Amino acid sequence: MKKFIEGSYAMAEAAKLCRPGVIAAYPITPQTHIVENLSQFIADGELDAKSVNVESEHSAASCVLGAQAAGARSFTCSSSQGLILMSEVLFCIAGMRLPVMLVCANRALSAPINIWNDHQDSIAVRDAGWIQLYAENNQEAVDLIIASHKIAEDPKVMLPAMVCVDGFILTHGMEVVDMPDQKDVDNFLPAYDPPYKLDVDNPMSFGLLGTPDVYQETRYAIQKTLEDVLGMIPEVGKEFGDKFGRDSLRLVEEYKTTDAETILVAMGSVCGTIKDVVDREREKGNKVGLLKIVSYRPFPKEVVKSALKSAKHVGIIDKDISLGSDGALYSEIKSLLPSDQKVSGFIAGLGGRDIKLNSVENIIKMAREEENSCKFVDLNKDILWDKFKTI
Amino acid sequence: MNKQHLEENYYVCGHTACAGCGQSMAVRIVMNAAGKNTIVTNATGCLEVFSTKAPESAFGVPWIHSLFENAAALASGVETALAYQGKKENINVIAQAGDGGTADIGLQALSGMLERGHDALFVCYDNEAYMNTGIQRSGSTPFNASTTTSPSGKISAGNPRPKKPMVEICAAHHIPYSATSSVANPKDIEIKVKKALKIKGPKYLQIHVPCPLGWRIDSSKTIEVAKLAVSTGLYPLVEYEYGKLAKSRKISSPKPVSEYLKAQGRFRHLLKNEEALAGVQKVADKNIEYYGLK
Ligand SMILES: Cc1ncc(C[n+]2csc(CCOP(=O)(O)OP(=O)(O)O)c2C)c(N)n1
Ligand code: SF4
Ligand SMILES: [Mg+2]
Repeated sequence: MKKFIEGSYAMAEAAKLCRPGVIAAYPITPQTHIVENLSQFIADGELDAKSVNVESEHSAASCVLGAQAAGARSFTCSSSQGLILMSEVLFCIAGMRLPVMLVCANRALSAPINIWNDHQDSIAVRDAGWIQLYAENNQEAVDLIIASHKIAEDPKVMLPAMVCVDGFILTHGMEVVDMPDQKDVDNFLPAYDPPYKLDVDNPMSFGLLGTPDVYQETRYAIQKTLEDVLGMIPEVGKEFGDKFGRDSLRLVEEYKTTDAETILVAMGSVCGTIKDVVDREREKGNKVGLLKIVSYRPFPKEVVKSALKSAKHVGIIDKDISLGSDGALYSEIKSLLPSDQKVSGFIAGLGGRDIKLNSVENIIKMAREEENSCKFVDLNKDILWDKFKTI
Repeated sequence: MNKQHLEENYYVCGHTACAGCGQSMAVRIVMNAAGKNTIVTNATGCLEVFSTKAPESAFGVPWIHSLFENAAALASGVETALAYQGKKENINVIAQAGDGGTADIGLQALSGMLERGHDALFVCYDNEAYMNTGIQRSGSTPFNASTTTSPSGKISAGNPRPKKPMVEICAAHHIPYSATSSVANPKDIEIKVKKALKIKGPKYLQIHVPCPLGWRIDSSKTIEVAKLAVSTGLYPLVEYEYGKLAKSRKISSPKPVSEYLKAQGRFRHLLKNEEALAGVQKVADKNIEYYGLK
């Protein structure tokens, strides 16, 4: 049913449609509305789940780890400092092969403290072994939350999934969202029936000491599974599409790339702005396109390579930076492409700096000119370090 | 390991604890008192390392470990999932940790578990230092004990602070049960575990468990030393119910603390330092008065 609703409400409803048994989350802007809505659903008897008002994000993640291990489908959500506080546990959840579901309302990291959007938080935990999907809009956020459960909980996968949604832009944005029906979701997503759990009738030990004799194999196993997930995303995406009529679950979206000379690459809500610019450029006769990355982990190397194969200029936009190196997406993609292809990296939108239409136009222009690995966009040169030493 | 041993115990031999490890003895008593219908969450520390080296495990009940500071949060999740599945009535949830995983890095998660009223028992195996990483001081290290990060030296008598009063900190949450016990008295552990598990709600049990390696005692002296801790008044065995002191085990004629201290390398420096020795005696005297041990 189509509804004009706030993003956080839509995401909470999507989580509810998946019938979680245990929810544990700790409030942090801009994630708060998601957990508040879920609490209200429970308080009103609309959602049969147990919610734990934990005392920190570290305990939120630990609590869902324990709950999932005990056989309950479990959900958490966080942002920024909260996600980073969870990071120790995030690695454990994946290492222990528990398909926990997490929504990350993306927000910049301190210091300076900043509540606005960029991707530094989820990028900082990209190596944890989680499936990481980025939504462009609230419809995609809803769809990815539902669809990724199916992959994560597949007995062949058993890995956690993180759906990344841009803080404020999506979480607080009002949009029309087509909310799936409960019975369709029930049909699509069977009850959680894990191949292993904490069970007094079949006692097993979880989280053992992994010596050098076994540790590396555990990492190899996760890597292999994530490679398999690359193949499953289009399959489950098709099944989801057949049922719900949308192709939100996919590895990438190619927007007017087929004949494009210049292709921008980005993730998340900024892709909406980029599509507008692409349309305008096309009207002017410029062959521009967008490659939107949906699945950042696992990273679809071959798909990305082939999508960018014939582009003369590639401009990669990162809302994150590996300080002392380059943007994460740039480093990842640059290494895939031939060294004579012109590939530039742009850092934009950090800490909520608006990426405007003309910011994107500038990026296109710069990508066509000299090659840069790490060009900051829309920098205000008047407020650089000298003046702000004390922030 | 014979079949009978495997069938009769929920924590079996074959683990790699040091000889005479008090913690390892106490765990078996706790597990067997709790019985089959128990799920255990475990913090990082000696216990987890010596009992569950992949692919083996000494535990005969479902057991889960993930990190150092989150045993109580894991237990909160397990208990909540069982409640959601309608299975909580028949299953005990026990969170267990060393004194570091309890009193220091795990305190926040423990306080959360107690405050939220989860139906789970938290067991702290108190060997009075971070043993797994090489005998560093914890908040539960006793006054004037020498550890690798609170060493005695020319101008130091060792750890300058008394033990963090964990049993009171837990009791202050007004939980139904907060108690101490000692591996010197296996029956006491068994009774307290069984009693705690009969009560619905959050419970705390702290067990004094000598560590021969860290305390520098002979591995045959574990129980003897643990007994002296109780009989000198340095480790009072007490029970709090709903925040109030309900019971304490009497010691009619307390022994001088020097008897306890002289048996251990971590206190040896005190025997030549009268003032520092008197400081430890004062701790015992205070306990005897405060808990009415005589
Ligand atoms: C976050 C974190 N910090 C530090 C460590 C290192 N570490 C592992 S066990 C341990 C000490 C454990 O002490 P305690 O809880 O008293 O248990 P014991 O080994 O003495 O039984 C430490 C410091 C860790 N594993 N994780
Ligand atoms: S170091 Fe101490 S606590 Fe650790 S196994 Fe050895 S005796 Fe037990
Ligand atoms: Mg210890």
